[in-house]
Amino acid sequence: MMNIAYLLNGKKEKSDIEPGMMLLDFLRSKGCHSVKCGCETTNCGLCTVWLNEKPVLSCAILAARIDGQRVTTLEGMQEEARELALYMGREGAEQCGFCNPGFVMNVLAMVREVTDPTDNEINEYLSGNLCRCTGYASHLRALHAFIKAKGAVDV
Amino acid sequence: MQIAQYTKAQSLTEAWELHQKRHSVILGGCCWLRLSPQRMIQHAIDLSALGLDTIEETDGEFRIGAMTSLRSLEVSAALECCTDGALKEALRHIVGVQFRNMATIGGSICGRFGFSDVITLLLALDADVVLYKGGRMKLEAFAATGAGTDVLTHVILSKAGRGTAYASLRLNATDFPIIACAVSGSAEAVRCAIGARPSRAVVLRAVRQDAAAQGPAKMARQWADAVSYGSNMRGSAEYRRDMAEVLCRRLLERVMGADV
Amino acid sequence: MKEINRSVMKKDAVSLVTGKPVYTEDIAPEDCLVVKALRSPHAHAIVKRVQTKTAAGVPGIVCIITSEDVPQKRFTIAGQTYPELSPYDRLILDPHIRYVGDPVALVAGTDVAAVDRALRMIRVEYEVLKPLLDVRDARDNTVIVHSEEDWKSLVNVGGDNKRNIVAQSGEDWGDVEGELDRAEIVIDRTYHTKQVQQSMMETFRSYSYLDAYGRLVVVSSTQVPFHIRRIVATALDIPKSQVRVIKPRIGGGFGAKQSAVMEVYPSFITKLTGRPAMMIYSREESMTVSSPRHEAYVHIKLGADRDGMIRVISLESLWNAGAYGDHSPTTVTLSGHKSIPLYNQYKAFRFNYEALYTNTIAAGAYRGYGAPQGIFALESAVNELAAELHMDPVTLRLKNILHQGEKMPAYFNETALSCHLEQCLLRVRDMIGWDRKYPRQVLSNGHIRSVGLSLAMQGSSISNVDVASATIKVNDDGFYSLSIGATDMGTGCDTILAQIAAECLQCSVDNIVTYGVDTDISPYDSGSYASSTTYLTGKAVEKTCHTLIKRMKARAAAALQCHHTELLEFDGTTITDPDSGHCVSLRDLANGAMCTNEIALEATEAHFSPTSPPPYMAGAAEIEVDPETGHIDLIDFAAVVDCGTVINPALARVQVEGGIVQGIGMALTEDVILDPKGRIQNNSFMQYRLPCRMDMGTIRVEFAPSYEPNGPFGAKSIGEVVINTSGPAIADAVYNATGIRFTELPITAEKVYMALKHKDCKTQ
Repeated sequence: MMNIAYLLNGKKEKSDIEPGMMLLDFLRSKGCHSVKCGCETTNCGLCTVWLNEKPVLSCAILAARIDGQRVTTLEGMQEEARELALYMGREGAEQCGFCNPGFVMNVLAMVREVTDPTDNEINEYLSGNLCRCTGYASHLRALHAFIKAKGAVDV
Repeated sequence: MQIAQYTKAQSLTEAWELHQKRHSVILGGCCWLRLSPQRMIQHAIDLSALGLDTIEETDGEFRIGAMTSLRSLEVSAALECCTDGALKEALRHIVGVQFRNMATIGGSICGRFGFSDVITLLLALDADVVLYKGGRMKLEAFAATGAGTDVLTHVILSKAGRGTAYASLRLNATDFPIIACAVSGSAEAVRCAIGARPSRAVVLRAVRQDAAAQGPAKMARQWADAVSYGSNMRGSAEYRRDMAEVLCRRLLERVMGADV
Repeated sequence: MKEINRSVMKKDAVSLVTGKPVYTEDIAPEDCLVVKALRSPHAHAIVKRVQTKTAAGVPGIVCIITSEDVPQKRFTIAGQTYPELSPYDRLILDPHIRYVGDPVALVAGTDVAAVDRALRMIRVEYEVLKPLLDVRDARDNTVIVHSEEDWKSLVNVGGDNKRNIVAQSGEDWGDVEGELDRAEIVIDRTYHTKQVQQSMMETFRSYSYLDAYGRLVVVSSTQVPFHIRRIVATALDIPKSQVRVIKPRIGGGFGAKQSAVMEVYPSFITKLTGRPAMMIYSREESMTVSSPRHEAYVHIKLGADRDGMIRVISLESLWNAGAYGDHSPTTVTLSGHKSIPLYNQYKAFRFNYEALYTNTIAAGAYRGYGAPQGIFALESAVNELAAELHMDPVTLRLKNILHQGEKMPAYFNETALSCHLEQCLLRVRDMIGWDRKYPRQVLSNGHIRSVGLSLAMQGSSISNVDVASATIKVNDDGFYSLSIGATDMGTGCDTILAQIAAECLQCSVDNIVTYGVDTDISPYDSGSYASSTTYLTGKAVEKTCHTLIKRMKARAAAALQCHHTELLEFDGTTITDPDSGHCVSLRDLANGAMCTNEIALEATEAHFSPTSPPPYMAGAAEIEVDPETGHIDLIDFAAVVDCGTVINPALARVQVEGGIVQGIGMALTEDVILDPKGRIQNNSFMQYRLPCRMDMGTIRVEFAPSYEPNGPFGAKSIGEVVINTSGPAIADAVYNATGIRFTELPITAEKVYMALKHKDCKTQ
């Protein structure tokens, strides 16, 4: 066992963990049920969370690594997620929803990093987020509308 | 996968000392740790507190810390410029942004994976590596031996004037490469690496004048023929050989441009 | 119409996008036992001995189950309506191992680590047998996959387990051989499609517990809760009254979850131990011991005249059932029934089929349910015919396709009451720019741009079999609750069915609460499969609304002291007596019904359909081939769909786009490769390549709605037809680019390159 101290969704916390524990399992055990496991091989993006504001795959990060760091899950991004939900919902782009939390975390990272992304830039940034329901086209429609509305507010 | 003991090393000396023990592992991005569920690691050594995640630029070279993420390399404007975009091209297909935020250049190199886009490009660029005990050496030499119980600390990329290009073929955009090729050319020499054969990338060289005299098509065929290939799920040896030739030719045309 | 043909946001959209804990694993009790299976590495073997003693001693292990501990009654995991057509050929654990991954033992423990440790400590002694891996060798092979005496087929579908036959049958209509003789040109070709994986993002999972009454409650990510109840009760050999099945939100299904792939395992552990138990399949399990699409060899003989009239279609399907017969007798029939009718002008047709056992993964239900295999074959053959005739494939199709009002001999003699197939074809031709782009254009960089197209059809529910029902209640202040037995698996049926109810009840969708599914509470529904939900359950909702309005009027008549109930008028908010002008509001009616009332303000209606009206689609692909590498870039895909009235355009559009991309995966990247021992090599998302968003060009979708008189507000189905055109359209585009006709999917760059290389060698 080892002890780690970290910020989870803005809250200071400490935990005792097994050194081999993966962040995904740790976060779910902490009640962050938005974090999903889809593949076990780093290919699907469902488990995306932020480590120090950068999107990472929690299925492949040791929980030990978050010692002294900031972790953000969708539980900590509810306000923005609700905004995005309106645009996703309008297109039916959420579909089964199982890939949504990881997808949303990566989208919110993207809009912080890339201004006015093109279709290609969106597809490239989000290529690590698989979705089997939508065929991806509705994501583009929803994201462009979301980004446009966000830009209007920011200005 | 089980880890008995996890240590965030406070110095390279500590990391190196721990690494002398049996069943010790230096953690890179940890991206594929979970793929070996049966694995038992006695000592997991974390280098993330050692400031090895920076790209330092001097007049003549880039000194890249082993813990630098692939994403940092990908978005570095200086590296993009220095490699004519080849580094970005070699990285952008690797799984996804999240993965590249985690995966480190040190992990990519020490893994010495056959499918590695990173090694293939760095071999063509004739990069050096720095080991804690072993000091500076050619990546080409390191790729053959690995780090052993030493600790890789930096990758060094010279800025020497050259043109670089990278290309790969994949079943789909984010898959491992079926074949990967990189070519860099200076005023004197042309250097090529062929990776994902599917085994480890190999380096081929030519004097620039000779390459120009032969022309890209002949040169590419000669290089493609000089290397051995294997078959796996992603492609047959025959396909790989032929594609190595096609990609090398295209890269040579780009790198040598006006020469041909 | 107010609520129909409107893009209403899904009722669960905000919960899903904001990551609320609504899926099976999220809501499971914390003290669930962890259940995992020990699986055979051999494709064919007899388990001689299982040593579990040391494993059982691992701290935290609660029980280890082997084949000796399970009921000896065979069952099927296929989630299908009575009378079940799939053979009863399974046990929970069977000493006869029939494919790599067949379970040998179940281990239940308090934590994952203990269970994993115990799994490693179990020793199994196998008598390894020769496996039968190629379905083309399966019939009457000396290797018999199901030699058991208690193999049972509830319905005679031509099965004979001693000959490795799951099902077989055939039908000739007209003078098939004569027409083939008379045809001026015959295309004779066999097409091969592999075991494609549904790959829904949420793997198979289920947990179970005993409730206060001692009944077994199964919470499962399933498309077929009512069938799960039957299957679990049958497998565990307990009365069906002792099982209750609840479906939470589902992370995708695509047919995979139309089988009880793993529900019986945790259920059995709970029954045995009395403790809650949960099983979550890993991605590897979901790729190797699941329910993929059937591998198929489809042999087409297409006879036509020089003027392009198709005289005769012969389609013979060989179906690889794999180790168990789930969904084989039914999927195989769709390969003919959902393809041949597209070309309804023939003088004769033949449809023969056989589904055979092998020692490979047991196939199941996957979107399209047999139609994609048949349509890939037939559409490819039609495209080949066009090439042979030097005729534009659009022209050839226009001469031969089905039209509204025609009787379809190859479709149970049903009449096409709603069919805009021709409109779909003509519109897709314009959308893709066919006349400008067909067949190819060589670009300055040597790449070749080309186009290809395909038609498709499917059904809407299983005619004369599937049953759907709905219950609607009026509650306080007049809000409605709609109970359904159909399962929303992300497609949005909870919302779409509420739209239909809202249209009938003249209220807003928000005034209708949808609940589904709990087998104790929900009205019976066959389940969400066979393209049935909008068409069949939608109609049940419509009927239920009409009955409910009658009851509301009866209650209003009492309140208004009106004796002519049928004359009362309901406008969504009030019920008015036109004679007296008196009226009662819905709110007062609903609240009044909770006091001194003997008319229940609720209604349930059931519905079945004597027909299965096909939706139609035309899909066209534009691709760019790099002839030096064989690499195929998808530039554009245009699709026009006739699904009847479009109830929710946004959700319908996403269905089309999603289906097209799954079809593209099947066409280009998704491959299942077996090693010589029968092990699946593509057992993860690392090795089995789903299309990612960088692989996609543009996808453009339009609708050409006909009006289906038997559907709710003219609607037909959409969920399945949309997967059918990608394969044949892309294969034809590859032909138009390269001159090479691929008869096997997926078409990878290497296959294209090698074919080009060998073609060049031949021509030189």
